[in-house]
Amino acid sequence: MYSQGLIGSDSSTDETVEFLAAFQARIDAEEKIEPNDAMPEGYRRTLIRQIGQHAHSEIIGMQPEGNWITRAPSLRRKAALLAKVQDEGGHGLYLYSAAETLGVSREDLTDQLLDGRAKYSSIFNYPTLSWADIGTVGWLVDGAAIMNQIPLCRCSFGPYARAMIRVCKEESFHQRQGYEILLTLCKGSAAQKEMAQESLNRWWWPVLMMFGPSDGESVHSDQNTKWGIKRFSNDALRQKFIDATIPQAKVLGIEVPDPDLKWDDSLNDGRGGYVHGPIDWDEFWRVVKGHGAMNRDRIRNYKKTVDDGAWVREAAMAHAEKRAARKLAMAAE
Amino acid sequence: MAGSADLFAALIELADDQLILGHRLSEWSGRAPILEEDLALSNLALDLIGGSRNIYTYAGLVEGKGRDEDDLAYMRLEREYLNCLLVERGNDDFAQTMLRQLYFAALMQPYWQAALASNDETIRGIAGKAVKEMAYHVRHSAEWVIRLGDGTAQSAEKMQAAVVEMHPFTEELFTMSEAARACAKAGSLPDRESLRAEWSRTIASVFEQALLTVPEVRFPQSGGRQGRHGEEMGHILAELQYVQRTHPGLTW
Ligand SMILES: [Fe+2]
Ligand SMILES: [Fe+2]
Repeated sequence: MYSQGLIGSDSSTDETVEFLAAFQARIDAEEKIEPNDAMPEGYRRTLIRQIGQHAHSEIIGMQPEGNWITRAPSLRRKAALLAKVQDEGGHGLYLYSAAETLGVSREDLTDQLLDGRAKYSSIFNYPTLSWADIGTVGWLVDGAAIMNQIPLCRCSFGPYARAMIRVCKEESFHQRQGYEILLTLCKGSAAQKEMAQESLNRWWWPVLMMFGPSDGESVHSDQNTKWGIKRFSNDALRQKFIDATIPQAKVLGIEVPDPDLKWDDSLNDGRGGYVHGPIDWDEFWRVVKGHGAMNRDRIRNYKKTVDDGAWVREAAMAHAEKRAARKLAMAAE
Repeated sequence: MAGSADLFAALIELADDQLILGHRLSEWSGRAPILEEDLALSNLALDLIGGSRNIYTYAGLVEGKGRDEDDLAYMRLEREYLNCLLVERGNDDFAQTMLRQLYFAALMQPYWQAALASNDETIRGIAGKAVKEMAYHVRHSAEWVIRLGDGTAQSAEKMQAAVVEMHPFTEELFTMSEAARACAKAGSLPDRESLRAEWSRTIASVFEQALLTVPEVRFPQSGGRQGRHGEEMGHILAELQYVQRTHPGLTW
Protein backbone atom coordinates (compact mmCIF):
# COMPACT_ATOMS: atom_id res chain seq x y z
CA MET A 1 0.00 0.00 0.00
CA TYR A 2 -0.11 3.36 -0.21
CA SER A 3 -0.01 7.09 -0.04
CA GLN A 4 -2.65 9.26 1.52
CA GLY A 5 -3.34 12.89 0.86
CA LEU A 6 -0.21 14.36 2.39
CA ILE A 7 -0.75 15.35 5.99
CA GLY A 8 0.74 18.63 7.16
CA SER A 9 3.19 19.45 4.41
CA ASP A 10 5.13 22.68 4.41
CA SER A 11 6.13 23.63 0.90
CA SER A 12 7.32 27.17 1.66
CA THR A 13 10.56 27.96 -0.10
CA ASP A 14 12.79 31.01 -0.53
CA GLU A 15 14.80 30.74 -3.74
CA THR A 16 15.01 33.60 -6.26
CA VAL A 17 12.13 34.30 -8.58
CA GLU A 18 14.29 33.41 -11.61
CA PHE A 19 15.32 30.07 -10.12
CA LEU A 20 11.76 29.17 -9.25
CA ALA A 21 10.52 30.20 -12.70
CA ALA A 22 13.17 28.10 -14.45
CA PHE A 23 12.29 25.14 -12.24
CA GLN A 24 8.58 25.63 -12.92
CA ALA A 25 9.27 25.70 -16.65
CA ARG A 26 10.86 22.26 -16.44
CA ILE A 27 7.87 20.92 -14.52
CA ASP A 28 5.45 22.47 -17.01
CA ALA A 29 7.38 20.84 -19.87
CA GLU A 30 6.79 17.49 -18.06
CA GLU A 31 10.54 17.00 -17.62
CA LYS A 32 11.49 14.59 -14.85
CA ILE A 33 13.43 16.09 -11.96
CA GLU A 34 16.33 13.83 -10.97
CA PRO A 35 18.10 13.68 -7.58
CA ASN A 36 21.15 15.70 -8.62
CA ASP A 37 19.14 18.46 -10.31
CA ALA A 38 18.77 21.83 -8.62
CA MET A 39 15.39 22.04 -6.92
CA PRO A 40 13.63 24.39 -4.51
CA GLU A 41 14.06 23.48 -0.86
CA GLY A 42 10.29 23.32 -0.46
CA TYR A 43 10.05 20.80 -3.29
CA ARG A 44 12.73 18.62 -1.74
CA ARG A 45 11.16 18.88 1.71
CA THR A 46 7.68 18.08 0.42
CA LEU A 47 8.91 15.03 -1.45
CA ILE A 48 10.92 13.71 1.47
CA ARG A 49 7.85 14.06 3.61
CA GLN A 50 5.50 12.47 1.12
CA ILE A 51 7.79 9.60 0.09
CA GLY A 52 8.69 8.99 3.72
CA GLN A 53 5.03 8.94 4.72
CA HIS A 54 4.33 6.58 1.87
CA ALA A 55 7.22 4.27 2.83
CA HIS A 56 6.09 4.23 6.47
CA SER A 57 2.58 3.31 5.36
CA GLU A 58 3.95 0.28 3.52
CA ILE A 59 5.93 -0.80 6.56
CA ILE A 60 3.24 -0.20 9.18
CA GLY A 61 0.71 -1.74 6.78
CA MET A 62 2.54 -5.05 7.14
CA GLN A 63 1.16 -5.35 10.68
CA PRO A 64 -2.61 -5.55 10.15
CA GLU A 65 -2.23 -8.08 7.35
CA GLY A 66 0.61 -9.95 9.00
CA ASN A 67 -1.87 -10.45 11.84
CA TRP A 68 -3.52 -13.23 9.78
CA ILE A 69 -0.54 -15.03 8.22
CA THR A 70 -0.40 -17.75 10.86
CA ARG A 71 -4.20 -18.12 10.80
CA ALA A 72 -4.85 -18.10 7.04
CA PRO A 73 -7.47 -20.77 6.31
CA SER A 74 -5.70 -22.68 3.52
CA LEU A 75 -2.12 -23.23 2.42
CA ARG A 76 -2.78 -21.37 -0.82
CA ARG A 77 -4.12 -18.35 1.08
CA LYS A 78 -1.30 -18.51 3.60
CA ALA A 79 1.35 -18.42 0.88
CA ALA A 80 -0.45 -15.62 -1.00
CA LEU A 81 -0.83 -13.50 2.12
CA LEU A 82 2.76 -13.99 3.18
CA ALA A 83 3.87 -13.00 -0.33
CA LYS A 84 1.62 -9.94 -0.25
CA VAL A 85 2.98 -8.71 3.06
CA GLN A 86 6.45 -9.33 1.67
CA ASP A 87 5.57 -7.18 -1.37
CA GLU A 88 4.54 -4.35 0.95
CA GLY A 89 7.93 -4.57 2.65
CA GLY A 90 9.50 -4.42 -0.81
CA HIS A 91 7.49 -1.28 -1.58
CA GLY A 92 8.79 0.25 1.62
CA LEU A 93 12.29 -0.61 0.52
CA TYR A 94 12.02 1.05 -2.94
CA LEU A 95 10.44 4.09 -1.39
CA TYR A 96 13.10 4.50 1.29
CA SER A 97 15.65 4.24 -1.53
CA ALA A 98 13.81 6.92 -3.51
CA ALA A 99 13.78 9.16 -0.42
CA GLU A 100 17.49 8.52 0.16
CA THR A 101 18.26 10.08 -3.23
CA LEU A 102 16.99 13.33 -1.69
CA GLY A 103 19.58 13.20 1.06
CA VAL A 104 17.75 11.62 3.98
CA SER A 105 18.67 8.24 5.45
CA ARG A 106 16.36 5.34 6.16
CA GLU A 107 17.42 5.55 9.81
CA ASP A 108 16.41 9.22 10.04
CA LEU A 109 13.07 8.50 8.44
CA THR A 110 12.51 5.60 10.84
CA ASP A 111 13.33 7.84 13.81
CA GLN A 112 10.79 10.36 12.56
CA LEU A 113 8.16 7.63 12.37
CA LEU A 114 8.90 6.32 15.83
CA ASP A 115 8.89 9.71 17.54
CA GLY A 116 5.69 10.77 15.79
CA ARG A 117 7.12 13.52 13.55
CA ALA A 118 6.29 11.49 10.42
CA LYS A 119 2.84 10.06 9.74
CA TYR A 120 1.60 6.98 7.95
CA SER A 121 -1.78 6.23 6.43
CA SER A 122 -4.57 6.48 8.98
CA ILE A 123 -6.17 3.28 7.64
CA PHE A 124 -3.58 1.09 9.34
CA ASN A 125 -4.77 2.23 12.72
CA TYR A 126 -7.82 0.02 12.31
CA PRO A 127 -7.61 -3.63 13.41
CA THR A 128 -8.03 -6.72 11.21
CA LEU A 129 -10.57 -8.77 13.15
CA SER A 130 -11.65 -11.52 10.79
CA TRP A 131 -10.33 -13.45 7.81
CA ALA A 132 -12.71 -11.40 5.65
CA ASP A 133 -10.69 -8.32 6.61
CA ILE A 134 -7.78 -9.70 4.60
CA GLY A 135 -10.07 -9.74 1.57
CA THR A 136 -11.46 -6.28 2.31
CA VAL A 137 -8.06 -4.73 2.89
CA GLY A 138 -6.79 -6.09 -0.42
CA TRP A 139 -9.89 -5.06 -2.33
CA LEU A 140 -10.46 -1.62 -0.82
CA VAL A 141 -7.24 -0.47 0.82
CA ASP A 142 -4.99 -1.61 -2.01
CA GLY A 143 -7.73 -0.43 -4.38
CA ALA A 144 -7.71 3.07 -2.89
CA ALA A 145 -3.92 3.02 -2.96
CA ILE A 146 -3.99 2.35 -6.68
CA MET A 147 -6.32 5.30 -7.26
CA ASN A 148 -3.94 7.51 -5.32
CA GLN A 149 -0.79 6.15 -6.88
CA ILE A 150 -1.57 5.84 -10.57
CA PRO A 151 -1.28 9.63 -10.95
CA LEU A 152 2.00 9.44 -9.01
CA CYS A 153 3.47 7.31 -11.81
CA ARG A 154 3.65 10.67 -13.63
CA CYS A 155 5.02 12.56 -10.62
CA SER A 156 7.63 15.16 -11.56
CA PHE A 157 10.29 13.54 -9.36
CA GLY A 158 11.84 10.72 -11.41
CA PRO A 159 12.77 8.18 -8.71
CA TYR A 160 9.31 8.43 -7.09
CA ALA A 161 7.51 8.12 -10.41
CA ARG A 162 9.55 5.05 -11.36
CA ALA A 163 9.01 3.40 -7.98
CA MET A 164 5.28 3.97 -8.36
CA ILE A 165 5.11 2.21 -11.71
CA ARG A 166 6.52 -0.94 -10.20
CA VAL A 167 4.47 -0.63 -7.02
CA CYS A 168 1.17 -0.06 -8.87
CA LYS A 169 1.53 -3.32 -10.79
CA GLU A 170 1.84 -5.24 -7.56
CA GLU A 171 -0.96 -3.31 -5.86
CA SER A 172 -3.39 -4.22 -8.62
CA PHE A 173 -2.47 -7.86 -8.15
CA HIS A 174 -3.15 -7.45 -4.41
CA GLN A 175 -6.46 -5.81 -5.14
CA ARG A 176 -7.66 -8.66 -7.35
CA GLN A 177 -6.45 -11.21 -4.82
CA GLY A 178 -8.38 -9.47 -2.02
CA TYR A 179 -11.51 -9.28 -4.13
CA GLU A 180 -11.20 -12.97 -4.90
CA ILE A 181 -11.08 -13.77 -1.17
CA LEU A 182 -14.36 -11.90 -0.72
CA LEU A 183 -15.89 -13.51 -3.79
CA THR A 184 -15.13 -16.91 -2.30
CA LEU A 185 -16.71 -15.89 1.02
CA CYS A 186 -19.77 -14.41 -0.65
CA LYS A 187 -20.35 -17.59 -2.65
CA GLY A 188 -19.88 -19.66 0.53
CA SER A 189 -22.00 -20.27 3.60
CA ALA A 190 -24.29 -17.72 5.25
CA ALA A 191 -21.69 -17.29 8.00
CA GLN A 192 -18.99 -16.54 5.44
CA LYS A 193 -21.11 -13.99 3.64
CA GLU A 194 -21.97 -12.35 6.93
CA MET A 195 -18.27 -12.21 7.73
CA ALA A 196 -17.71 -10.35 4.44
CA GLN A 197 -20.56 -7.90 5.08
CA GLU A 198 -19.46 -7.21 8.63
CA SER A 199 -15.95 -6.52 7.39
CA LEU A 200 -17.15 -4.10 4.68
CA ASN A 201 -19.24 -2.31 7.31
CA ARG A 202 -16.17 -1.59 9.37
CA TRP A 203 -13.77 -0.65 6.54
CA TRP A 204 -15.89 1.37 4.13
CA TRP A 205 -15.76 4.78 5.81
CA PRO A 206 -12.13 4.60 6.92
CA VAL A 207 -11.19 3.67 3.34
CA LEU A 208 -12.98 6.74 1.98
CA MET A 209 -10.97 8.81 4.47
CA MET A 210 -7.74 7.49 2.93
CA PHE A 211 -8.06 10.06 0.15
CA GLY A 212 -7.76 12.85 2.68
CA PRO A 213 -10.07 15.71 3.57
CA SER A 214 -11.93 17.72 0.96
CA ASP A 215 -9.51 19.92 -0.90
CA GLY A 216 -11.00 23.06 0.55
CA GLU A 217 -9.44 22.02 3.85
CA SER A 218 -6.35 20.22 2.57
CA VAL A 219 -3.21 22.25 3.25
CA HIS A 220 -0.90 23.46 0.46
CA SER A 221 -2.33 21.19 -2.20
CA ASP A 222 -2.12 24.05 -4.73
CA GLN A 223 1.65 24.28 -4.63
CA ASN A 224 1.95 20.51 -4.88
CA THR A 225 -0.25 20.56 -7.96
CA LYS A 226 1.95 23.23 -9.60
CA TRP A 227 5.02 21.16 -8.87
CA GLY A 228 3.54 18.07 -10.47
CA ILE A 229 3.48 16.10 -7.23
CA LYS A 230 -0.28 16.01 -7.04
CA ARG A 231 -2.45 15.65 -10.15
CA PHE A 232 -6.01 15.25 -8.90
CA SER A 233 -7.92 16.61 -5.95
CA ASN A 234 -8.68 14.34 -2.99
CA ASP A 235 -12.38 14.56 -3.77
CA ALA A 236 -11.89 13.68 -7.44
CA LEU A 237 -9.90 10.56 -6.52
CA ARG A 238 -12.44 9.57 -3.89
CA GLN A 239 -15.23 9.94 -6.46
CA LYS A 240 -13.36 7.76 -8.97
CA PHE A 241 -12.84 5.15 -6.30
CA ILE A 242 -16.48 5.03 -5.25
CA ASP A 243 -17.69 4.84 -8.84
CA ALA A 244 -15.35 1.93 -9.55
CA THR A 245 -16.11 0.11 -6.29
CA ILE A 246 -19.91 0.12 -5.98
CA PRO A 247 -20.44 -2.15 -9.04
CA GLN A 248 -17.88 -4.56 -7.58
CA ALA A 249 -19.78 -4.65 -4.28
CA LYS A 250 -22.95 -5.46 -6.24
CA VAL A 251 -21.25 -8.46 -7.83
CA LEU A 252 -20.31 -9.65 -4.36
CA GLY A 253 -23.86 -9.12 -3.17
CA ILE A 254 -22.87 -7.06 -0.13
CA GLU A 255 -23.72 -3.44 0.60
CA VAL A 256 -21.69 -0.44 1.63
CA PRO A 257 -22.96 1.01 4.92
CA ASP A 258 -24.12 4.34 3.49
CA PRO A 259 -27.88 4.94 3.51
CA ASP A 260 -27.38 8.18 1.56
CA LEU A 261 -25.55 6.58 -1.34
CA LYS A 262 -27.35 7.23 -4.63
CA TRP A 263 -26.68 7.54 -8.33
CA ASP A 264 -26.63 11.06 -9.73
CA ASP A 265 -26.75 11.51 -13.53
CA SER A 266 -25.25 14.97 -13.35
CA LEU A 267 -21.91 13.90 -11.81
CA ASN A 268 -18.68 13.35 -13.80
CA ASP A 269 -19.62 15.83 -16.55
CA GLY A 270 -22.96 14.19 -17.17
CA ARG A 271 -21.66 10.60 -17.25
CA GLY A 272 -23.14 10.07 -13.82
CA GLY A 273 -21.66 8.86 -10.56
CA TYR A 274 -22.44 8.03 -6.96
CA VAL A 275 -23.17 10.64 -4.33
CA HIS A 276 -22.10 9.53 -0.88
CA GLY A 277 -23.26 10.50 2.59
CA PRO A 278 -21.21 12.68 4.98
CA ILE A 279 -17.78 11.45 6.07
CA ASP A 280 -16.96 11.73 9.75
CA TRP A 281 -13.86 13.92 9.55
CA ASP A 282 -13.70 14.16 13.32
CA GLU A 283 -12.94 10.46 13.34
CA PHE A 284 -10.29 10.96 10.65
CA TRP A 285 -8.47 13.69 12.60
CA ARG A 286 -8.79 11.77 15.84
CA VAL A 287 -7.06 8.77 14.23
CA VAL A 288 -4.42 10.90 12.47
CA LYS A 289 -3.60 12.54 15.78
CA GLY A 290 -2.92 9.17 17.40
CA HIS A 291 -6.18 8.17 19.01
CA GLY A 292 -7.37 5.36 16.73
CA ALA A 293 -7.78 1.80 17.95
CA MET A 294 -4.34 0.63 16.89
CA ASN A 295 -2.05 3.72 16.75
CA ARG A 296 -0.22 2.91 19.95
CA ASP A 297 0.18 -0.78 19.14
CA ARG A 298 1.48 -0.11 15.64
CA ILE A 299 4.24 2.19 16.83
CA ARG A 300 5.05 0.13 19.90
CA ASN A 301 5.35 -3.05 17.80
CA TYR A 302 7.55 -1.36 15.25
CA LYS A 303 9.73 0.19 17.93
CA LYS A 304 10.16 -3.25 19.47
CA THR A 305 11.19 -4.64 16.07
CA VAL A 306 13.74 -1.87 15.59
CA ASP A 307 15.08 -2.18 19.14
CA ASP A 308 15.19 -5.98 19.17
CA GLY A 309 17.12 -5.99 15.90
CA ALA A 310 19.78 -3.49 16.99
CA TRP A 311 22.28 -6.16 18.12
CA VAL A 312 21.92 -7.97 14.79
CA ARG A 313 22.59 -4.83 12.78
CA GLU A 314 25.58 -4.00 14.99
CA ALA A 315 26.94 -7.53 14.59
CA ALA A 316 26.55 -7.43 10.80
CA MET A 317 28.46 -4.15 10.72
CA ALA A 318 31.19 -5.41 13.05
CA HIS A 319 31.59 -8.56 10.98
CA ALA A 320 31.84 -6.60 7.73
CA GLU A 321 34.53 -4.42 9.29
CA LYS A 322 36.49 -7.45 10.48
CA ARG A 323 36.35 -8.99 7.04
CA ALA A 324 37.47 -5.81 5.36
CA ALA A 325 40.37 -5.51 7.83
CA ARG A 326 41.41 -9.13 7.22
CA LYS A 327 41.29 -8.61 3.48
CA LEU A 328 43.44 -5.52 3.82
CA ALA A 329 45.93 -7.38 6.03
CA MET A 330 46.13 -10.21 3.50
CA ALA A 331 46.70 -7.81 0.65
CA ALA A 332 49.53 -6.18 2.62
CA GLU A 333 51.38 -9.48 3.11
CA MET B 1 7.89 -50.99 -3.50
CA ALA B 2 7.20 -49.82 0.03
CA GLY B 3 3.56 -50.16 1.03
CA SER B 4 1.48 -47.07 0.40
CA ALA B 5 0.93 -46.65 4.14
CA ASP B 6 4.70 -46.37 4.63
CA LEU B 7 5.11 -43.91 1.80
CA PHE B 8 2.20 -41.88 3.12
CA ALA B 9 3.70 -41.69 6.62
CA ALA B 10 7.17 -40.85 5.34
CA LEU B 11 5.76 -38.10 3.14
CA ILE B 12 3.82 -36.68 6.09
CA GLU B 13 7.06 -36.48 8.10
CA LEU B 14 8.60 -34.44 5.28
CA ALA B 15 5.58 -32.22 4.68
CA ASP B 16 5.02 -31.53 8.38
CA ASP B 17 8.66 -30.50 8.82
CA GLN B 18 8.28 -28.02 5.98
CA LEU B 19 4.91 -26.65 7.05
CA ILE B 20 5.82 -26.16 10.69
CA LEU B 21 9.22 -24.62 9.95
CA GLY B 22 7.60 -22.42 7.29
CA HIS B 23 5.02 -21.37 9.87
CA ARG B 24 7.72 -20.45 12.37
CA LEU B 25 9.61 -18.43 9.75
CA SER B 26 6.41 -16.68 8.70
CA GLU B 27 6.07 -15.41 12.26
CA TRP B 28 9.02 -13.12 11.49
CA SER B 29 7.06 -11.25 8.84
CA GLY B 30 7.24 -7.56 9.72
CA ARG B 31 9.52 -8.26 12.70
CA ALA B 32 12.97 -8.92 11.26
CA PRO B 33 16.03 -6.90 12.36
CA ILE B 34 16.56 -5.46 8.87
CA LEU B 35 13.95 -4.82 6.18
CA GLU B 36 15.95 -6.76 3.56
CA GLU B 37 16.08 -9.70 5.94
CA ASP B 38 12.33 -9.52 6.50
CA LEU B 39 11.89 -10.14 2.79
CA ALA B 40 14.49 -12.93 2.80
CA LEU B 41 12.84 -14.75 5.72
CA SER B 42 9.52 -14.62 3.88
CA ASN B 43 11.23 -16.20 0.88
CA LEU B 44 12.50 -19.04 3.03
CA ALA B 45 9.03 -19.53 4.51
CA LEU B 46 7.40 -19.45 1.08
CA ASP B 47 9.79 -22.12 -0.23
CA LEU B 48 8.96 -24.41 2.66
CA ILE B 49 5.21 -23.85 2.62
CA GLY B 50 5.11 -24.17 -1.17
CA GLY B 51 7.05 -27.43 -0.97
CA SER B 52 4.80 -28.76 1.78
CA ARG B 53 1.78 -28.26 -0.47
CA ASN B 54 3.27 -30.52 -3.15
CA ILE B 55 4.21 -33.17 -0.63
CA TYR B 56 0.81 -33.15 1.11
CA THR B 57 -0.95 -33.36 -2.24
CA TYR B 58 1.13 -36.37 -3.19
CA ALA B 59 0.62 -37.95 0.24
CA GLY B 60 -3.13 -37.55 -0.23
CA LEU B 61 -2.95 -39.33 -3.58
CA VAL B 62 -0.83 -42.12 -2.15
CA GLU B 63 -3.27 -42.57 0.72
CA GLY B 64 -6.19 -42.73 -1.67
CA LYS B 65 -8.86 -41.45 0.74
CA GLY B 66 -9.50 -38.21 -1.09
CA ARG B 67 -7.70 -35.95 1.39
CA ASP B 68 -6.20 -32.83 -0.18
CA GLU B 69 -3.34 -30.61 1.00
CA ASP B 70 -5.55 -28.60 3.33
CA ASP B 71 -7.26 -31.63 4.86
CA LEU B 72 -3.82 -32.92 5.74
CA ALA B 73 -2.31 -29.61 6.81
CA TYR B 74 -5.26 -28.37 8.86
CA MET B 75 -7.51 -31.19 9.98
CA ARG B 76 -5.35 -33.60 11.93
CA LEU B 77 -4.86 -34.02 15.65
CA GLU B 78 -1.63 -32.93 17.28
CA ARG B 79 -0.49 -36.53 17.77
CA GLU B 80 -0.82 -37.12 14.01
CA TYR B 81 1.73 -34.45 13.08
CA LEU B 82 5.09 -36.12 12.54
CA ASN B 83 7.49 -33.16 12.29
CA CYS B 84 10.69 -33.32 14.28
CA LEU B 85 10.94 -31.18 17.42
CA LEU B 86 13.65 -28.94 15.92
CA VAL B 87 11.27 -27.22 13.51
CA GLU B 88 8.58 -26.43 16.06
CA ARG B 89 10.89 -24.67 18.52
CA GLY B 90 9.78 -21.05 19.00
CA ASN B 91 11.62 -18.06 17.58
CA ASP B 92 13.72 -17.11 20.61
CA ASP B 93 15.80 -14.63 18.68
CA PHE B 94 17.34 -14.11 15.26
CA ALA B 95 20.45 -16.15 16.11
CA GLN B 96 18.40 -19.19 17.07
CA THR B 97 16.16 -18.82 14.01
CA MET B 98 19.12 -18.79 11.63
CA LEU B 99 20.78 -21.69 13.41
CA ARG B 100 17.58 -23.76 13.29
CA GLN B 101 17.45 -23.05 9.56
CA LEU B 102 21.05 -24.09 9.06
CA TYR B 103 20.58 -27.34 11.00
CA PHE B 104 17.51 -28.21 8.94
CA ALA B 105 18.72 -27.15 5.50
CA ALA B 106 22.16 -28.71 5.95
CA LEU B 107 20.39 -32.06 6.05
CA MET B 108 17.62 -31.38 3.55
CA GLN B 109 19.92 -30.13 0.82
CA PRO B 110 21.75 -33.49 0.53
CA TYR B 111 18.47 -35.29 1.26
CA TRP B 112 16.74 -33.84 -1.78
CA GLN B 113 19.93 -34.25 -3.77
CA ALA B 114 19.79 -37.97 -3.02
CA ALA B 115 16.06 -38.02 -3.73
CA LEU B 116 16.79 -36.99 -7.31
CA ALA B 117 17.72 -40.65 -7.76
CA SER B 118 14.40 -41.89 -6.34
CA ASN B 119 12.54 -44.54 -8.31
CA ASP B 120 9.37 -42.47 -7.77
CA GLU B 121 8.85 -39.87 -10.47
CA THR B 122 6.74 -37.50 -8.33
CA ILE B 123 9.39 -37.50 -5.63
CA ARG B 124 12.07 -36.72 -8.20
CA GLY B 125 9.96 -33.76 -9.30
CA ILE B 126 9.57 -32.46 -5.75
CA ALA B 127 13.29 -32.98 -5.11
CA GLY B 128 14.31 -31.07 -8.23
CA LYS B 129 12.76 -27.88 -6.92
CA ALA B 130 13.62 -28.40 -3.26
CA VAL B 131 17.31 -29.12 -3.78
CA LYS B 132 17.94 -25.67 -5.24
CA GLU B 133 15.91 -23.97 -2.54
CA MET B 134 17.70 -25.82 0.25
CA ALA B 135 21.10 -24.92 -1.19
CA TYR B 136 20.06 -21.26 -0.87
CA HIS B 137 18.75 -21.81 2.66
CA VAL B 138 22.09 -23.31 3.69
CA ARG B 139 24.00 -20.41 2.16
CA HIS B 140 21.79 -17.73 3.63
CA SER B 141 21.60 -19.16 7.14
CA ALA B 142 25.30 -20.03 7.19
CA GLU B 143 26.19 -16.45 6.30
CA TRP B 144 24.18 -15.19 9.24
CA VAL B 145 25.53 -17.76 11.68
CA ILE B 146 29.04 -16.68 10.67
CA ARG B 147 28.21 -12.97 10.86
CA LEU B 148 26.69 -13.30 14.30
CA GLY B 149 29.27 -15.76 15.61
CA ASP B 150 32.10 -13.51 14.47
CA GLY B 151 30.38 -10.15 14.98
CA THR B 152 30.24 -8.39 18.34
CA ALA B 153 30.85 -9.96 21.75
CA GLN B 154 27.10 -9.80 22.35
CA SER B 155 26.17 -11.52 19.10
CA ALA B 156 28.81 -14.21 19.64
CA GLU B 157 27.36 -14.92 23.04
CA LYS B 158 23.81 -15.16 21.69
CA MET B 159 24.96 -17.37 18.84
CA GLN B 160 26.75 -19.81 21.11
CA ALA B 161 23.77 -19.83 23.49
CA ALA B 162 21.55 -20.76 20.54
CA VAL B 163 23.90 -23.64 19.70
CA VAL B 164 23.72 -24.96 23.25
CA GLU B 165 19.94 -24.62 23.23
CA MET B 166 19.27 -26.14 19.80
CA HIS B 167 21.93 -28.79 19.31
CA PRO B 168 20.09 -31.45 21.35
CA PHE B 169 17.28 -31.30 18.78
CA THR B 170 19.49 -32.14 15.79
CA GLU B 171 19.75 -35.86 16.47
CA GLU B 172 16.11 -36.35 15.55
CA LEU B 173 16.81 -35.11 12.02
CA PHE B 174 18.42 -38.49 11.40
CA THR B 175 15.73 -40.63 13.01
CA MET B 176 14.51 -43.29 10.61
CA SER B 177 10.96 -44.30 11.43
CA GLU B 178 9.79 -47.70 10.25
CA ALA B 179 7.97 -46.03 7.38
CA ALA B 180 11.06 -44.07 6.36
CA ARG B 181 13.16 -47.20 6.54
CA ALA B 182 10.75 -49.12 4.31
CA CYS B 183 10.83 -46.27 1.76
CA ALA B 184 14.62 -46.13 1.82
CA LYS B 185 14.77 -49.86 1.29
CA ALA B 186 12.35 -49.61 -1.61
CA GLY B 187 14.35 -46.79 -3.19
CA SER B 188 11.64 -44.13 -3.09
CA LEU B 189 13.20 -41.89 -0.40
CA PRO B 190 16.78 -41.43 0.86
CA ASP B 191 18.23 -42.87 4.04
CA ARG B 192 18.75 -39.98 6.47
CA GLU B 193 21.45 -41.81 8.40
CA SER B 194 23.61 -42.00 5.27
CA LEU B 195 23.66 -38.19 5.10
CA ARG B 196 24.94 -37.64 8.63
CA ALA B 197 28.59 -37.30 7.62
CA GLU B 198 27.82 -34.63 5.05
CA TRP B 199 25.64 -32.75 7.53
CA SER B 200 28.39 -32.84 10.15
CA ARG B 201 30.95 -31.55 7.65
CA THR B 202 28.72 -28.62 6.69
CA ILE B 203 28.06 -27.70 10.31
CA ALA B 204 31.74 -28.07 11.26
CA SER B 205 32.83 -25.82 8.41
CA VAL B 206 30.31 -23.10 9.27
CA PHE B 207 31.07 -23.32 12.99
CA GLU B 208 34.78 -22.97 12.33
CA GLN B 209 34.21 -19.70 10.48
CA ALA B 210 31.66 -18.59 13.07
CA LEU B 211 34.04 -19.36 15.97
CA LEU B 212 31.44 -21.64 17.52
CA THR B 213 31.96 -24.94 19.29
CA VAL B 214 29.77 -27.99 18.88
CA PRO B 215 28.57 -28.90 22.35
CA GLU B 216 28.62 -32.43 23.61
CA VAL B 217 25.03 -33.62 23.73
CA ARG B 218 24.46 -36.35 26.26
CA PHE B 219 20.68 -36.32 26.12
CA PRO B 220 19.28 -35.68 22.64
CA GLN B 221 15.63 -34.60 22.47
CA SER B 222 13.22 -36.42 20.21
CA GLY B 223 9.59 -37.50 19.96
CA GLY B 224 8.09 -35.47 17.13
CA ARG B 225 8.44 -38.31 14.64
CA GLN B 226 6.19 -40.37 16.88
CA GLY B 227 3.77 -37.47 17.28
CA ARG B 228 4.98 -36.56 20.77
CA HIS B 229 5.55 -32.82 20.58
CA GLY B 230 6.57 -30.00 22.86
CA GLU B 231 4.04 -27.73 24.54
CA GLU B 232 4.48 -25.09 21.82
CA MET B 233 3.07 -27.39 19.13
CA GLY B 234 -0.47 -27.07 20.45
CA HIS B 235 -0.21 -23.30 20.16
CA ILE B 236 1.03 -23.50 16.59
CA LEU B 237 -1.93 -25.69 15.69
CA ALA B 238 -4.37 -23.47 17.58
CA GLU B 239 -3.44 -20.63 15.25
CA LEU B 240 -2.95 -22.69 12.12
CA GLN B 241 -6.28 -24.49 12.44
CA TYR B 242 -8.33 -21.68 13.93
CA VAL B 243 -10.49 -20.75 10.92
CA GLN B 244 -10.84 -24.30 9.62
CA ARG B 245 -11.85 -25.60 13.04
CA THR B 246 -14.27 -22.74 13.70
CA HIS B 247 -16.07 -23.16 10.37
CA PRO B 248 -15.42 -26.75 9.31
CA GLY B 249 -15.97 -28.03 5.80
CA LEU B 250 -16.07 -24.71 3.93
CA THR B 251 -14.12 -23.35 0.99
CA TRP B 252 -11.82 -20.40 1.61
FE1 LIG C 1 2.24 -1.56 -1.15
FE1 LIG D 1 -0.49 -3.82 -1.60
